Amino acid sequence: MPYTAKKPTRARSSEELRAAIPGWGVDLDPKDRPSVPKEQFDPTLNGARWDFPERQEEKWPRERSIEHKFLTPVFGTSTPPKGLSGVIRKYSYKKYSEGRAAHWLLLLAADRVDAVEHHLRSFVSLRPDNPITQTGVLSEFSRHGITSRIGKKRVDVNHQWIDPLLVGGPWLVAGGLGVAAVRRLMRLRRT
Amino acid sequence: MRAMVYRGPYKIRVEEKDIPPIEHPNDAIVRVTTAAICGSDLHLFHGMMPDTRVGMTFGHEFVGVVEQVGSSVQNLKPGDRVMVPFNVYCGTCYFCARGLYSNCHNVNANATAVGGIYGYSHTCGGYDGGQAEYVRVPFADIGPSLIPEWMDEEDAVLLTDALATGYFGAQLGDIVEGDTVVVFGAGPVGLFAAKSSWLMGAGRVIVIDHLEYRLEKARTFAHAETYNFAEYDDIVVEMKKATDYLGADVVIDAVGAEADGNFLQHVTSSKFKLQGGSPIALNWAIDAVRKGGTVSVVGAYGPMFSAVKFGDALNKGLTLRMNQAPVKRQWPRLFDHIRNGYLKPSDIVTHRIPLEHIAEGYHIFSAKLDNCIKPLILPAAN
Repeated sequence: MPYTAKKPTRARSSEELRAAIPGWGVDLDPKDRPSVPKEQFDPTLNGARWDFPERQEEKWPRERSIEHKFLTPVFGTSTPPKGLSGVIRKYSYKKYSEGRAAHWLLLLAADRVDAVEHHLRSFVSLRPDNPITQTGVLSEFSRHGITSRIGKKRVDVNHQWIDPLLVGGPWLVAGGLGVAAVRRLMRLRRT
Repeated sequence: MRAMVYRGPYKIRVEEKDIPPIEHPNDAIVRVTTAAICGSDLHLFHGMMPDTRVGMTFGHEFVGVVEQVGSSVQNLKPGDRVMVPFNVYCGTCYFCARGLYSNCHNVNANATAVGGIYGYSHTCGGYDGGQAEYVRVPFADIGPSLIPEWMDEEDAVLLTDALATGYFGAQLGDIVEGDTVVVFGAGPVGLFAAKSSWLMGAGRVIVIDHLEYRLEKARTFAHAETYNFAEYDDIVVEMKKATDYLGADVVIDAVGAEADGNFLQHVTSSKFKLQGGSPIALNWAIDAVRKGGTVSVVGAYGPMFSAVKFGDALNKGLTLRMNQAPVKRQWPRLFDHIRNGYLKPSDIVTHRIPLEHIAEGYHIFSAKLDNCIKPLILPAAN
Protein backbone atom coordinates (compact mmCIF):
# COMPACT_ATOMS: atom_id res chain seq x y z
CA MET A 1 0.00 0.00 0.00
CA PRO A 2 1.28 3.46 -0.82
CA TYR A 3 0.06 4.76 2.53
CA THR A 4 3.07 3.24 4.29
CA ALA A 5 6.76 3.11 3.32
CA LYS A 6 7.03 -0.56 2.47
CA LYS A 7 6.97 -1.77 -1.13
CA PRO A 8 4.21 -4.28 -1.88
CA THR A 9 5.28 -7.89 -1.41
CA ARG A 10 6.22 -9.65 -4.63
CA ALA A 11 4.20 -12.66 -5.68
CA ARG A 12 7.28 -14.43 -7.06
CA SER A 13 10.90 -14.08 -5.97
CA SER A 14 13.74 -13.46 -8.41
CA GLU A 15 14.84 -17.08 -8.03
CA GLU A 16 11.38 -18.35 -8.93
CA LEU A 17 11.21 -16.05 -11.94
CA ARG A 18 14.69 -17.06 -13.11
CA ALA A 19 13.60 -20.69 -13.00
CA ALA A 20 10.31 -20.05 -14.77
CA ILE A 21 11.15 -17.57 -17.52
CA PRO A 22 13.96 -18.15 -20.03
CA GLY A 23 16.50 -15.34 -19.80
CA TRP A 24 14.95 -13.66 -16.77
CA GLY A 25 17.31 -10.98 -15.50
CA VAL A 26 20.08 -11.40 -18.11
CA ASP A 27 19.87 -7.64 -18.76
CA LEU A 28 19.38 -6.72 -15.12
CA ASP A 29 22.64 -4.79 -15.10
CA PRO A 30 22.09 -1.51 -17.02
CA LYS A 31 25.61 -1.97 -18.47
CA ASP A 32 24.20 -4.84 -20.53
CA ARG A 33 21.47 -2.64 -22.02
CA PRO A 34 22.59 -1.27 -25.38
CA SER A 35 20.77 2.05 -25.12
CA VAL A 36 22.01 2.87 -21.63
CA PRO A 37 23.16 5.59 -21.34
CA LYS A 38 21.05 7.27 -23.98
CA GLU A 39 23.91 9.11 -25.63
CA GLN A 40 27.19 7.31 -26.30
CA PHE A 41 29.72 9.26 -28.35
CA ASP A 42 31.28 7.32 -31.24
CA PRO A 43 32.05 9.48 -34.31
CA THR A 44 33.50 6.53 -36.26
CA LEU A 45 30.40 4.40 -36.05
CA ASN A 46 30.54 1.41 -38.39
CA GLY A 47 33.65 2.85 -39.98
CA ALA A 48 31.93 5.89 -41.50
CA ARG A 49 34.62 7.64 -43.51
CA TRP A 50 33.11 11.09 -43.79
CA ASP A 51 32.71 14.04 -41.48
CA PHE A 52 29.90 15.37 -43.67
CA PRO A 53 28.45 13.04 -46.34
CA GLU A 54 28.88 13.62 -50.04
CA ARG A 55 25.85 15.42 -51.46
CA GLN A 56 23.20 13.63 -53.47
CA GLU A 57 22.30 15.33 -56.76
CA GLU A 58 19.19 17.54 -56.51
CA LYS A 59 17.22 16.70 -59.66
CA TRP A 60 14.33 19.05 -58.92
CA PRO A 61 13.92 21.86 -56.38
CA ARG A 62 13.55 19.64 -53.33
CA GLU A 63 11.12 20.97 -50.73
CA ARG A 64 12.62 21.17 -47.25
CA SER A 65 11.78 22.27 -43.75
CA ILE A 66 12.73 25.88 -43.05
CA GLU A 67 14.14 24.61 -39.75
CA HIS A 68 17.00 23.11 -41.77
CA LYS A 69 19.95 25.36 -42.57
CA PHE A 70 20.25 23.76 -46.02
CA LEU A 71 19.04 20.77 -48.00
CA THR A 72 20.21 17.60 -46.29
CA PRO A 73 23.00 15.79 -48.16
CA VAL A 74 20.80 12.75 -48.69
CA PHE A 75 17.04 12.78 -49.20
CA GLY A 76 14.19 10.68 -50.52
CA THR A 77 13.19 10.94 -54.16
CA SER A 78 9.78 9.31 -54.05
CA THR A 79 6.81 11.14 -55.64
CA PRO A 80 7.93 14.74 -56.35
CA PRO A 81 5.21 17.34 -55.70
CA LYS A 82 2.86 17.83 -58.67
CA GLY A 83 -0.43 19.54 -59.49
CA LEU A 84 -2.48 21.57 -57.04
CA SER A 85 -1.44 19.30 -54.17
CA GLY A 86 2.18 20.01 -55.06
CA VAL A 87 1.55 23.76 -54.96
CA ILE A 88 -0.01 23.44 -51.50
CA ARG A 89 2.86 21.27 -50.24
CA LYS A 90 5.54 23.64 -51.54
CA TYR A 91 3.75 26.61 -49.98
CA SER A 92 3.51 24.82 -46.65
CA TYR A 93 7.23 23.97 -46.64
CA LYS A 94 8.26 27.44 -47.75
CA LYS A 95 6.04 29.39 -45.37
CA TYR A 96 5.65 27.47 -42.12
CA SER A 97 7.99 25.76 -39.69
CA GLU A 98 7.25 22.35 -38.18
CA GLY A 99 6.15 24.15 -35.04
CA ARG A 100 3.12 25.65 -36.76
CA ALA A 101 -0.16 23.75 -36.97
CA ALA A 102 -0.74 25.41 -40.35
CA HIS A 103 2.22 23.50 -41.77
CA TRP A 104 0.76 20.11 -40.92
CA LEU A 105 -2.85 20.99 -41.69
CA LEU A 106 -1.86 22.25 -45.14
CA LEU A 107 0.08 19.05 -45.77
CA LEU A 108 -2.93 16.97 -44.71
CA ALA A 109 -5.14 19.04 -47.01
CA ALA A 110 -2.65 18.51 -49.83
CA ASP A 111 -2.82 14.75 -49.20
CA ARG A 112 -6.59 14.80 -49.78
CA VAL A 113 -6.27 16.97 -52.90
CA ASP A 114 -3.54 14.60 -54.13
CA ALA A 115 -5.89 11.61 -53.73
CA VAL A 116 -8.68 13.35 -55.67
CA GLU A 117 -6.24 14.37 -58.42
CA HIS A 118 -5.01 10.82 -58.82
CA HIS A 119 -8.49 9.28 -58.69
CA LEU A 120 -9.63 11.61 -61.47
CA ARG A 121 -6.51 10.91 -63.50
CA SER A 122 -7.03 7.17 -63.07
CA PHE A 123 -10.45 7.39 -64.77
CA VAL A 124 -8.81 8.40 -68.04
CA SER A 125 -6.20 5.65 -67.72
CA LEU A 126 -6.30 1.95 -68.51
CA ARG A 127 -6.37 1.17 -64.80
CA PRO A 128 -9.02 3.21 -62.97
CA ASP A 129 -9.03 3.19 -59.20
CA ASN A 130 -11.18 0.48 -57.70
CA PRO A 131 -12.16 1.06 -54.06
CA ILE A 132 -13.27 -2.56 -53.68
CA THR A 133 -9.98 -4.22 -54.56
CA GLN A 134 -7.75 -1.41 -53.28
CA THR A 135 -9.19 -1.42 -49.76
CA GLY A 136 -8.70 -5.17 -49.43
CA VAL A 137 -12.23 -5.36 -48.11
CA LEU A 138 -12.89 -8.62 -49.96
CA SER A 139 -10.81 -10.32 -47.27
CA GLU A 140 -13.83 -9.80 -45.02
CA PHE A 141 -15.31 -12.84 -46.79
CA SER A 142 -12.20 -15.03 -46.92
CA ARG A 143 -10.69 -14.14 -43.51
CA HIS A 144 -13.60 -14.53 -41.11
CA GLY A 145 -14.81 -10.94 -41.06
CA ILE A 146 -17.91 -11.75 -39.05
CA THR A 147 -16.54 -14.33 -36.62
CA SER A 148 -13.50 -12.13 -36.00
CA ARG A 149 -15.86 -9.57 -34.50
CA ILE A 150 -19.01 -11.19 -33.13
CA GLY A 151 -18.89 -12.01 -29.42
CA LYS A 152 -15.29 -10.85 -29.04
CA LYS A 153 -15.82 -7.78 -26.83
CA ARG A 154 -13.80 -5.74 -29.31
CA VAL A 155 -14.17 -2.03 -28.67
CA ASP A 156 -13.15 -1.07 -32.21
CA VAL A 157 -16.42 -2.33 -33.66
CA ASN A 158 -18.07 0.82 -32.27
CA HIS A 159 -16.30 2.95 -34.89
CA GLN A 160 -15.51 0.57 -37.76
CA TRP A 161 -18.83 1.49 -39.36
CA ILE A 162 -17.31 4.91 -40.08
CA ASP A 163 -14.63 3.46 -42.38
CA PRO A 164 -16.93 2.56 -45.30
CA LEU A 165 -18.44 6.04 -45.07
CA LEU A 166 -15.01 7.66 -45.14
CA VAL A 167 -13.88 5.55 -48.08
CA GLY A 168 -17.11 5.14 -50.03
CA GLY A 169 -18.82 8.41 -49.12
CA PRO A 170 -16.84 10.67 -51.47
CA TRP A 171 -17.27 8.13 -54.30
CA LEU A 172 -21.04 8.01 -53.75
CA VAL A 173 -21.26 11.79 -53.60
CA ALA A 174 -19.15 12.15 -56.75
CA GLY A 175 -21.24 9.49 -58.51
CA GLY A 176 -24.46 11.20 -57.43
CA LEU A 177 -23.24 14.56 -58.66
CA GLY A 178 -22.20 12.97 -61.96
CA VAL A 179 -25.62 11.39 -62.46
CA ALA A 180 -27.35 14.65 -61.55
CA ALA A 181 -25.18 16.55 -64.01
CA VAL A 182 -25.92 14.09 -66.83
CA ARG A 183 -29.67 14.21 -66.13
CA ARG A 184 -29.60 17.99 -66.13
CA LEU A 185 -27.74 18.04 -69.43
CA MET A 186 -30.26 15.65 -70.96
CA ARG A 187 -33.13 17.81 -69.70
CA LEU A 188 -31.51 20.88 -71.18
CA ARG A 189 -31.11 19.14 -74.53
CA ARG A 190 -34.78 18.11 -74.55
CA THR A 191 -35.93 21.69 -73.88
CA MET B 1 9.43 -4.19 -60.62
CA ARG B 2 6.24 -4.84 -58.66
CA ALA B 3 5.62 -2.55 -55.73
CA MET B 4 2.89 -1.68 -53.29
CA VAL B 5 1.61 1.83 -54.03
CA TYR B 6 -0.54 4.14 -51.88
CA ARG B 7 -3.66 5.46 -53.64
CA GLY B 8 -5.21 7.56 -50.88
CA PRO B 9 -6.65 6.78 -47.42
CA TYR B 10 -7.55 3.08 -47.02
CA LYS B 11 -6.52 2.32 -50.60
CA ILE B 12 -3.39 0.66 -51.98
CA ARG B 13 -2.58 -1.44 -55.00
CA VAL B 14 0.36 -3.18 -56.62
CA GLU B 15 1.87 -1.43 -59.63
CA GLU B 16 4.75 -1.78 -62.02
CA LYS B 17 7.47 0.75 -61.10
CA ASP B 18 11.04 1.37 -62.21
CA ILE B 19 13.73 -0.39 -60.19
CA PRO B 20 15.20 2.39 -58.03
CA PRO B 21 18.55 3.74 -59.22
CA ILE B 22 21.68 4.51 -57.20
CA GLU B 23 21.28 8.18 -56.21
CA HIS B 24 24.31 8.59 -53.95
CA PRO B 25 27.73 6.91 -53.90
CA ASN B 26 26.92 5.16 -50.63
CA ASP B 27 23.58 3.75 -51.78
CA ALA B 28 22.77 0.10 -52.32
CA ILE B 29 19.84 -1.40 -54.17
CA VAL B 30 18.41 -4.36 -52.28
CA ARG B 31 16.18 -7.07 -53.75
CA VAL B 32 13.59 -7.63 -51.04
CA THR B 33 13.03 -11.25 -50.03
CA THR B 34 10.78 -10.69 -47.00
CA ALA B 35 9.03 -7.56 -45.78
CA ALA B 36 6.45 -6.94 -43.07
CA ILE B 37 3.52 -4.66 -42.43
CA CYS B 38 4.06 -2.71 -39.23
CA GLY B 39 1.25 -1.41 -37.03
CA SER B 40 2.56 2.07 -37.78
CA ASP B 41 2.06 1.45 -41.52
CA LEU B 42 -1.64 1.45 -40.71
CA HIS B 43 -1.40 5.12 -39.71
CA LEU B 44 -0.18 5.83 -43.25
CA PHE B 45 -2.79 3.54 -44.75
CA HIS B 46 -5.49 5.42 -42.85
CA GLY B 47 -4.19 8.78 -44.08
CA MET B 48 -3.13 10.05 -40.66
CA MET B 49 0.45 11.05 -41.42
CA PRO B 50 0.83 14.46 -43.09
CA ASP B 51 2.54 14.47 -46.50
CA THR B 52 1.77 10.88 -47.42
CA ARG B 53 1.73 11.09 -51.19
CA VAL B 54 -0.17 9.00 -53.69
CA GLY B 55 2.35 6.78 -55.46
CA MET B 56 4.60 6.18 -52.47
CA THR B 57 5.65 2.64 -51.60
CA PHE B 58 5.43 1.86 -47.88
CA GLY B 59 7.47 -0.63 -45.88
CA HIS B 60 10.18 -0.04 -43.30
CA GLU B 61 10.65 -3.66 -42.19
CA PHE B 62 12.48 -5.71 -44.81
CA VAL B 63 15.41 -7.98 -45.51
CA GLY B 64 16.88 -9.00 -48.83
CA VAL B 65 19.86 -9.49 -51.08
CA VAL B 66 22.16 -6.72 -52.25
CA GLU B 67 21.69 -6.26 -55.99
CA GLN B 68 23.89 -3.24 -56.67
CA VAL B 69 26.15 -0.91 -54.66
CA GLY B 70 27.31 2.68 -55.16
CA SER B 71 30.92 3.62 -55.80
CA SER B 72 31.84 4.37 -52.18
CA VAL B 73 30.27 1.30 -50.54
CA GLN B 74 32.88 -0.87 -48.85
CA ASN B 75 31.00 -3.03 -46.33
CA LEU B 76 28.55 -4.72 -48.71
CA LYS B 77 28.72 -6.38 -52.11
CA PRO B 78 26.15 -7.78 -54.54
CA GLY B 79 24.81 -11.10 -53.33
CA ASP B 80 25.05 -10.31 -49.60
CA ARG B 81 21.96 -11.19 -47.54
CA VAL B 82 21.18 -8.13 -45.47
CA MET B 83 18.79 -6.92 -42.81
CA VAL B 84 18.06 -3.20 -42.93
CA PRO B 85 17.06 -1.16 -39.85
CA PHE B 86 13.98 0.97 -40.38
CA ASN B 87 16.08 4.07 -39.65
CA VAL B 88 17.78 5.80 -42.58
CA TYR B 89 20.88 7.41 -41.01
CA CYS B 90 24.26 8.81 -41.95
CA GLY B 91 26.37 7.64 -39.01
CA THR B 92 28.25 10.89 -38.44
CA CYS B 93 25.91 13.81 -37.74
CA TYR B 94 25.67 15.25 -34.21
CA PHE B 95 22.95 12.75 -33.30
CA CYS B 96 24.26 9.61 -35.02
CA ALA B 97 27.68 10.20 -33.43
CA ARG B 98 25.94 9.90 -30.05
CA GLY B 99 24.00 6.76 -30.92
CA LEU B 100 20.71 8.47 -31.71
CA TYR B 101 20.40 6.92 -35.16
CA SER B 102 16.66 7.42 -35.29
CA ASN B 103 17.24 11.18 -34.95
CA CYS B 104 19.72 11.57 -37.83
CA HIS B 105 19.93 15.15 -39.13
CA ASN B 106 21.36 14.43 -42.58
CA VAL B 107 18.66 12.32 -44.20
CA ASN B 108 15.31 14.03 -43.75
CA ALA B 109 14.99 17.27 -45.69
CA ASN B 110 11.30 17.55 -44.89
CA ALA B 111 11.50 17.70 -41.11
CA THR B 112 13.96 18.20 -38.30
CA ALA B 113 11.68 16.69 -35.66
CA VAL B 114 12.03 13.16 -36.97
CA GLY B 115 14.79 11.21 -38.69
CA GLY B 116 14.56 9.21 -41.90
CA ILE B 117 12.33 6.16 -42.18
CA TYR B 118 11.86 3.95 -45.24
CA GLY B 119 8.44 4.20 -46.84
CA TYR B 120 6.99 6.43 -44.17
CA SER B 121 5.73 9.58 -45.89
CA HIS B 122 7.68 12.69 -46.79
CA THR B 123 7.45 13.80 -43.18
CA CYS B 124 9.99 11.02 -42.59
CA GLY B 125 12.16 11.87 -45.59
CA GLY B 126 10.31 10.77 -48.70
CA TYR B 127 12.03 7.42 -49.18
CA ASP B 128 10.19 4.61 -50.91
CA GLY B 129 9.94 1.51 -48.76
CA GLY B 130 10.49 -2.20 -48.95
CA GLN B 131 7.02 -3.56 -49.72
CA ALA B 132 8.31 -4.03 -53.23
CA GLU B 133 10.70 -6.19 -55.18
CA TYR B 134 13.54 -3.66 -54.88
CA VAL B 135 14.38 -0.76 -52.58
CA ARG B 136 17.02 1.94 -52.43
CA VAL B 137 19.07 1.76 -49.21
CA PRO B 138 21.04 4.97 -48.49
CA PHE B 139 24.21 4.80 -46.39
CA ALA B 140 24.68 1.15 -47.17
CA ASP B 141 27.91 1.10 -45.14
CA ILE B 142 26.10 2.31 -42.00
CA GLY B 143 22.63 0.81 -41.53
CA PRO B 144 22.41 -2.67 -43.00
CA SER B 145 24.04 -5.76 -41.50
CA LEU B 146 24.72 -9.15 -42.98
CA ILE B 147 22.17 -11.69 -41.77
CA PRO B 148 24.13 -14.22 -39.73
CA GLU B 149 24.17 -17.71 -41.25
CA TRP B 150 22.42 -19.18 -38.23
CA MET B 151 19.59 -16.64 -38.23
CA ASP B 152 16.15 -17.40 -39.63
CA GLU B 153 14.99 -14.87 -42.26
CA GLU B 154 11.72 -14.24 -40.40
CA ASP B 155 13.61 -13.55 -37.17
CA ALA B 156 15.81 -11.14 -39.14
CA VAL B 157 12.89 -9.16 -40.55
CA LEU B 158 11.40 -8.77 -37.08
CA LEU B 159 14.73 -7.39 -35.86
CA THR B 160 14.48 -4.51 -38.33
CA ASP B 161 11.81 -2.84 -36.19
CA ALA B 162 9.29 -4.68 -34.01
CA LEU B 163 11.66 -6.62 -31.75
CA ALA B 164 14.23 -3.83 -31.57
CA THR B 165 11.49 -1.32 -30.72
CA GLY B 166 9.89 -3.50 -28.05
CA TYR B 167 13.26 -4.21 -26.43
CA PHE B 168 14.15 -0.52 -26.62
CA GLY B 169 10.81 0.34 -24.99
CA ALA B 170 11.64 -1.87 -22.02
CA GLN B 171 15.04 -0.17 -21.72
CA LEU B 172 13.41 3.25 -21.70
CA GLY B 173 11.49 2.08 -18.64
CA ASP B 174 14.73 1.84 -16.63
CA ILE B 175 13.38 -1.34 -15.04
CA VAL B 176 15.01 -2.42 -11.78
CA GLU B 177 14.75 -5.85 -10.20
CA GLY B 178 11.25 -6.67 -9.07
CA ASP B 179 9.50 -3.77 -10.81
CA THR B 180 5.89 -4.10 -11.87
CA VAL B 181 5.69 -3.30 -15.59
CA VAL B 182 2.43 -2.62 -17.39
CA VAL B 183 2.42 -2.76 -21.19
CA PHE B 184 -0.45 -1.17 -23.09
CA GLY B 185 -0.92 -2.99 -26.40
CA ALA B 186 -0.48 -6.68 -27.22
CA GLY B 187 0.58 -6.13 -30.80
CA PRO B 188 4.06 -7.13 -31.97
CA VAL B 189 5.87 -4.28 -30.19
CA GLY B 190 3.90 -4.75 -26.97
CA LEU B 191 4.56 -8.50 -26.95
CA PHE B 192 8.27 -7.92 -27.43
CA ALA B 193 8.32 -5.15 -24.80
CA ALA B 194 6.65 -7.50 -22.31
CA LYS B 195 9.08 -10.30 -23.08
CA SER B 196 12.04 -7.92 -22.84
CA SER B 197 10.85 -6.59 -19.47
CA TRP B 198 11.53 -10.01 -17.98
CA LEU B 199 15.07 -9.97 -19.38
CA MET B 200 15.60 -6.73 -17.46
CA GLY B 201 14.42 -8.25 -14.20
CA ALA B 202 10.78 -7.25 -13.91
CA GLY B 203 8.96 -8.86 -11.01
CA ARG B 204 5.61 -8.70 -12.69
CA VAL B 205 4.53 -7.98 -16.27
CA ILE B 206 0.93 -7.06 -17.11
CA VAL B 207 -0.30 -6.63 -20.69
CA ILE B 208 -3.50 -4.75 -21.54
CA ASP B 209 -5.48 -4.88 -24.78
CA HIS B 210 -9.03 -5.46 -25.96
CA LEU B 211 -8.31 -8.26 -28.43
CA GLU B 212 -8.61 -11.56 -26.61
CA TYR B 213 -6.53 -13.55 -29.11
CA ARG B 214 -3.64 -11.14 -28.64
CA LEU B 215 -3.93 -11.32 -24.87
CA GLU B 216 -3.76 -15.10 -25.19
CA LYS B 217 -0.48 -14.61 -27.09
CA ALA B 218 0.75 -12.31 -24.33
CA ARG B 219 0.12 -15.07 -21.81
CA THR B 220 1.79 -17.85 -23.79
CA PHE B 221 4.56 -15.99 -25.60
CA ALA B 222 5.40 -13.28 -23.06
CA HIS B 223 4.44 -15.05 -19.80
CA ALA B 224 2.38 -11.99 -18.88
CA GLU B 225 -0.69 -11.41 -16.76
CA THR B 226 -3.36 -9.91 -18.95
CA TYR B 227 -6.31 -7.57 -18.66
CA ASN B 228 -8.92 -6.97 -21.34
CA PHE B 229 -9.80 -3.32 -20.82
CA ALA B 230 -13.17 -3.85 -22.50
CA GLU B 231 -14.21 -5.93 -19.49
CA TYR B 232 -13.64 -3.12 -17.00
CA ASP B 233 -15.35 0.16 -16.47
CA ASP B 234 -12.03 1.88 -15.76
CA ILE B 235 -8.74 0.11 -16.52
CA VAL B 236 -6.75 2.69 -14.54
CA VAL B 237 -8.62 1.80 -11.35
CA GLU B 238 -8.07 -1.89 -12.11
CA MET B 239 -4.32 -1.27 -12.36
CA LYS B 240 -4.41 0.54 -9.04
CA LYS B 241 -6.24 -2.42 -7.48
CA ALA B 242 -3.80 -4.86 -9.09
CA THR B 243 -0.85 -3.04 -7.53
CA ASP B 244 -2.38 -2.57 -4.09
CA TYR B 245 -3.21 1.04 -5.05
CA LEU B 246 0.43 2.01 -5.62
CA GLY B 247 0.41 2.00 -9.43
CA ALA B 248 2.92 0.32 -11.71
CA ASP B 249 6.59 1.23 -11.46
CA VAL B 250 6.90 1.36 -15.23
CA VAL B 251 4.27 1.65 -17.96
CA ILE B 252 5.05 1.16 -21.63
CA ASP B 253 2.79 2.62 -24.33
CA ALA B 254 3.11 0.21 -27.24
CA VAL B 255 -0.10 1.33 -28.92
CA GLY B 256 0.41 4.78 -30.38
CA ALA B 257 -1.72 6.90 -32.63
CA GLU B 258 -4.77 4.71 -33.17
CA ALA B 259 -5.47 3.68 -29.61
CA ASP B 260 -8.96 2.49 -28.83
CA GLY B 261 -10.95 2.79 -25.62
CA ASN B 262 -12.46 6.23 -25.96
CA PHE B 263 -14.75 6.81 -28.94
CA LEU B 264 -14.24 10.56 -29.12
CA GLN B 265 -10.44 10.43 -28.86
CA HIS B 266 -10.21 7.66 -31.44
CA VAL B 267 -12.57 9.22 -33.95
CA THR B 268 -11.09 12.73 -33.73
CA SER B 269 -7.63 11.38 -34.42
CA SER B 270 -7.83 8.22 -36.50
CA LYS B 271 -10.92 9.06 -38.54
CA PHE B 272 -10.98 12.86 -38.77
CA LYS B 273 -7.24 13.60 -38.28
CA LEU B 274 -7.82 16.41 -35.81
CA GLN B 275 -5.05 15.14 -33.51
CA GLY B 276 -1.58 13.76 -34.18
CA GLY B 277 -2.73 10.57 -32.52
CA SER B 278 -5.31 9.19 -30.16
CA PRO B 279 -3.64 9.52 -26.74
CA ILE B 280 -5.89 7.07 -24.89
CA ALA B 281 -3.17 4.53 -24.10
CA LEU B 282 -0.72 7.29 -23.24
CA ASN B 283 -3.19 8.94 -20.87
CA TRP B 284 -3.95 5.59 -19.26
CA ALA B 285 -0.20 5.04 -18.91
CA ILE B 286 0.22 8.39 -17.18
CA ASP B 287 -2.63 7.60 -14.81
CA ALA B 288 -1.74 3.94 -14.16
CA VAL B 289 1.93 4.47 -13.31
CA ARG B 290 2.86 5.24 -9.71
CA LYS B 291 4.00 8.68 -8.63
CA GLY B 292 7.67 9.07 -9.48
CA GLY B 293 7.41 6.21 -11.97
CA THR B 294 8.45 6.00 -15.60
CA VAL B 295 6.33 6.03 -18.74
CA SER B 296 8.04 4.69 -21.84
CA VAL B 297 6.49 5.56 -25.18
CA VAL B 298 7.35 3.56 -28.28
CA GLY B 299 3.93 3.62 -29.92
CA ALA B 300 4.08 5.90 -32.97
CA TYR B 301 2.42 9.33 -32.98
CA GLY B 302 2.17 11.92 -35.73
CA PRO B 303 3.67 15.41 -35.62
CA MET B 304 0.45 17.25 -34.78
CA PHE B 305 -0.78 18.01 -31.28
CA SER B 306 -2.61 15.42 -29.17
CA ALA B 307 -4.75 15.86 -26.05
CA VAL B 308 -2.26 14.42 -23.55
CA LYS B 309 -2.88 14.72 -19.80
CA PHE B 310 0.34 16.54 -19.18
CA GLY B 311 -0.77 17.97 -15.84
CA ASP B 312 -1.02 14.50 -14.34
CA ALA B 313 2.45 13.70 -15.61
CA LEU B 314 3.82 16.84 -13.98
CA ASN B 315 1.97 16.50 -10.72
CA LYS B 316 2.94 12.84 -10.33
CA GLY B 317 6.62 13.60 -10.90
CA LEU B 318 6.84 11.15 -13.77
CA THR B 319 9.75 10.45 -16.01
CA LEU B 320 8.54 10.33 -19.61
CA ARG B 321 10.95 8.60 -21.98
CA MET B 322 10.43 8.00 -25.66
CA ASN B 323 12.01 7.79 -29.08
CA GLN B 324 11.95 5.87 -32.28
CA ALA B 325 14.29 2.95 -31.65
CA PRO B 326 17.89 3.27 -32.83
CA VAL B 327 17.60 -0.23 -34.22
CA LYS B 328 21.15 -1.26 -35.01
CA ARG B 329 22.32 -0.30 -31.55
CA GLN B 330 20.09 -3.08 -30.17
CA TRP B 331 21.23 -5.79 -32.55
CA PRO B 332 24.38 -7.26 -30.96
CA ARG B 333 22.59 -7.89 -27.67
CA LEU B 334 19.43 -9.13 -29.40
CA PHE B 335 21.46 -11.47 -31.60
CA ASP B 336 22.81 -12.99 -28.35
CA HIS B 337 19.34 -13.33 -26.90
CA ILE B 338 18.02 -15.07 -30.00
CA ARG B 339 21.02 -17.38 -30.17
CA ASN B 340 20.66 -18.24 -26.48
CA GLY B 341 17.00 -19.09 -27.00
CA TYR B 342 15.63 -16.30 -24.82
CA LEU B 343 13.79 -14.72 -27.74
CA LYS B 344 12.18 -16.28 -30.82
CA PRO B 345 10.68 -13.29 -32.64
CA SER B 346 9.09 -15.20 -35.52
CA ASP B 347 6.76 -16.93 -33.04
CA ILE B 348 4.43 -13.95 -33.43
CA VAL B 349 4.11 -14.20 -37.23
CA THR B 350 0.55 -15.16 -38.16
CA HIS B 351 0.25 -14.37 -41.88
CA ARG B 352 2.53 -14.69 -44.90
CA ILE B 353 1.04 -12.79 -47.84
CA PRO B 354 2.24 -12.53 -51.45
CA LEU B 355 2.95 -8.95 -52.53
CA GLU B 356 0.17 -9.14 -55.13
CA HIS B 357 -2.37 -9.58 -52.31
CA ILE B 358 -1.00 -6.85 -50.07
CA ALA B 359 -4.26 -4.86 -50.06
CA GLU B 360 -5.94 -7.81 -48.34
CA GLY B 361 -2.96 -7.98 -45.97
CA TYR B 362 -3.46 -4.37 -44.91
CA HIS B 363 -7.18 -4.87 -44.39
CA ILE B 364 -6.71 -8.08 -42.39
CA PHE B 365 -4.16 -6.36 -40.14
CA SER B 366 -6.13 -3.13 -39.87
CA ALA B 367 -9.50 -4.75 -39.15
CA LYS B 368 -7.85 -7.41 -36.92
CA LEU B 369 -9.33 -10.30 -38.87
CA ASP B 370 -8.29 -13.91 -38.70
CA ASN B 371 -6.41 -13.50 -35.36
CA CYS B 372 -3.78 -11.43 -37.15
CA ILE B 373 -0.78 -10.36 -35.09
CA LYS B 374 2.06 -9.96 -37.60
CA PRO B 375 1.73 -10.22 -41.38
CA LEU B 376 4.78 -10.73 -43.57
CA ILE B 377 4.92 -9.79 -47.25
CA LEU B 378 6.63 -12.08 -49.73
CA PRO B 379 7.57 -10.30 -52.99
CA ALA B 380 8.76 -13.49 -54.67
CA ALA B 381 5.65 -15.54 -53.88
CA ASN B 382 3.57 -14.09 -56.71
